[in-house]
Amino acid sequence: MIALAIIALLTIAAASAAFLLRNLIHSALLLVGAWAGIAAFYLWAGAEFVAFAQVLVYVGAVSMVVLFAVLLTRQGATTAPVEYDSLKRAVLGFITAGGVGGLLFGAILGSPLDVHTANPAPAVSVKELGLLLMGPHAAALLIVGVLLTVALLGAVVIAAVDKPEDAP
Amino acid sequence: MSDFLEVIPLIARDWIVDLFPAQLQWLVHHLITIAVILTVFGTFFAFTTVAERKLLGRLQNRLGPNRAGLPKLSILPFHLKHKLWGLTQPFADAVKALTKEDVVPDAADKVLHFLAPVCIVAFSLLGFAVLPFGRALIPVELDAALLYFFAAGTATELAIFMAGWGSRNKYSLLAAMRALAQLISYELPLILSVVPVVLVVGTLSLSEIAAAQGGWTLGFLPHWHVFTPWGFAGFIIFLIAALAESNRSPFDLPEAESELIAGHLTEYSGFKYALFFMAEYFGLTALSGLGVTIFLGGWQAPFAFLEFIPSYLWFMIKLAGMIMFFIWVRGTLLRLRIDQLTRLSWQFLVPLALINLVNGAFWALTPDWTGAMLAARWGVSAAIVVIPFLILGRRLSGDRTPRTYRYA
Amino acid sequence: MSPLQLCLLFSSLLFCVGLAGALSRSNTILVLLGIELMLNAANLNFIAFWRYGPHPEAGTGLLFVLFAIAVAAAEAAVGLALIIAIHRHRKTIRLQEANSLKG
Repeated sequence: MIALAIIALLTIAAASAAFLLRNLIHSALLLVGAWAGIAAFYLWAGAEFVAFAQVLVYVGAVSMVVLFAVLLTRQGATTAPVEYDSLKRAVLGFITAGGVGGLLFGAILGSPLDVHTANPAPAVSVKELGLLLMGPHAAALLIVGVLLTVALLGAVVIAAVDKPEDAP
Repeated sequence: MSDFLEVIPLIARDWIVDLFPAQLQWLVHHLITIAVILTVFGTFFAFTTVAERKLLGRLQNRLGPNRAGLPKLSILPFHLKHKLWGLTQPFADAVKALTKEDVVPDAADKVLHFLAPVCIVAFSLLGFAVLPFGRALIPVELDAALLYFFAAGTATELAIFMAGWGSRNKYSLLAAMRALAQLISYELPLILSVVPVVLVVGTLSLSEIAAAQGGWTLGFLPHWHVFTPWGFAGFIIFLIAALAESNRSPFDLPEAESELIAGHLTEYSGFKYALFFMAEYFGLTALSGLGVTIFLGGWQAPFAFLEFIPSYLWFMIKLAGMIMFFIWVRGTLLRLRIDQLTRLSWQFLVPLALINLVNGAFWALTPDWTGAMLAARWGVSAAIVVIPFLILGRRLSGDRTPRTYRYA
Repeated sequence: MSPLQLCLLFSSLLFCVGLAGALSRSNTILVLLGIELMLNAANLNFIAFWRYGPHPEAGTGLLFVLFAIAVAAAEAAVGLALIIAIHRHRKTIRLQEANSLKG
């Protein structure tokens, strides 16, 4: 419980700081920290395989794509003053998020949740997971594979410069 | 006797753990493991640098460092005149790195500039946690150890980015991007070359993979994965990808010290630079340890009559052999160009690794072929990798004539 | 408070941080990252219910999270490619300035 509270606090602190900072690179790196915190939560819950997959995909791959995108779309100084328009958006955003948060908190604290397994954490070995993936969920696995291929091709087509005069 | 030697480290650890109160024992247990790994591989790193400098020196017809002996200490009644073959060189280097000025550029992002070397050393050490160093010596027994190893390895990419960005130097940033492109390109063949082993052994646990390579055919041929067609091909792909992943020559373009200044390390000096250097060697050692575990039989002895030597010594001997091989490669091969580097990965290694995956699947499907069928199994498996290798190699080098050297 | 409730509070708090970020920032990359964080918060719930649910040995929660991670990776790649394309055409990635289809 204490470990969970520490993980939760650090993750939420990193995520909030990421959205409050004005330096995009710092934001991206802090978000990577938040993703690593989520992986730590998976480890705490006993989902080893998912935790390592989370680190591999988010800390290894998505973070790189994000950082490359930040560098490719960078424009000069980042210290321009905040416009009124953005400020209005921000306030509205915070009000909405606060409302949603209040609703969720009320629902969670108000509903009777019966906890089935406490300790030790249930063990699903990697082998069982693999058999589940290849057996009952093979169709989903295939579809995810096709989806990833299509997304890869789509991303390349969208981001590629088609004609020389289009180049920046 | 050999059983006793095998568990000596465990007995020593338990003896120390028992000195502490029961509530602290789990903590002490882990701290001792961490301390042992840091000491052993810290020393290993120190002597790898001497070995590298001496071996490179010999490969280039010079002596290498041989001057550093012991300093003259006034507390000792005598002074050792012998130079100890320069073996104390790494300690002199460490003192030099520590006493150098630590220059931080004025415009640098101070936090990231500081965090990058710290992170890269920490992340490069993470991989050691799951390597089985001996029959009974494994720091953390994980079901998904292999996945953990690669997950820990990818985190070093972030540290390289931090170094490039935090320096606020466009050449550092460009070099960091080049380094990242290289690391991402070679991660694919590295992981793909290991997958056939997972297919055949049927587990991601490194200790089980090492244990699965025990035994001998006809009493002298060890059942290491490198002695199978798919394992041999996988090992070669793994070696090339590991060289590139650890920024070693001939793939050391990110920091190419004779052409660029030092790539993303340009703005680092003193001990921070030494930390990057250390992380590079830790990464190389961890990857070599993985290669030894997966392809070279891990802690298994090569011959049955040599089993009296404890398993952890066998692991270290093989590890040292791998490192020597990497140094030899560094002294022999020339540095690649960046386009050659990415072409090698995407057009050659990745397709071959994918074909090798099919090969591993074939091997996993035919464990019960015996007699004449055993020969067929080996033949088919060898054909599956050799034929694509020849075709791909011919096609990729078809439009290039052999290089002629006019003045050499 | 049961550990399950703590997990759920954690995930909903993370969801709200992501929502606030996605709604209030005007840099498109950060908006995408906010959405990504909300997706992660949803994954947390799957793991929490898998851990404290009646049938953890079935592993359904784990598999769902694995698939969600794969889909999220695809989403991030395509989203960032779109952002780069927008930047090439408009020289800006501020959300408010990509409004040529606004009525």
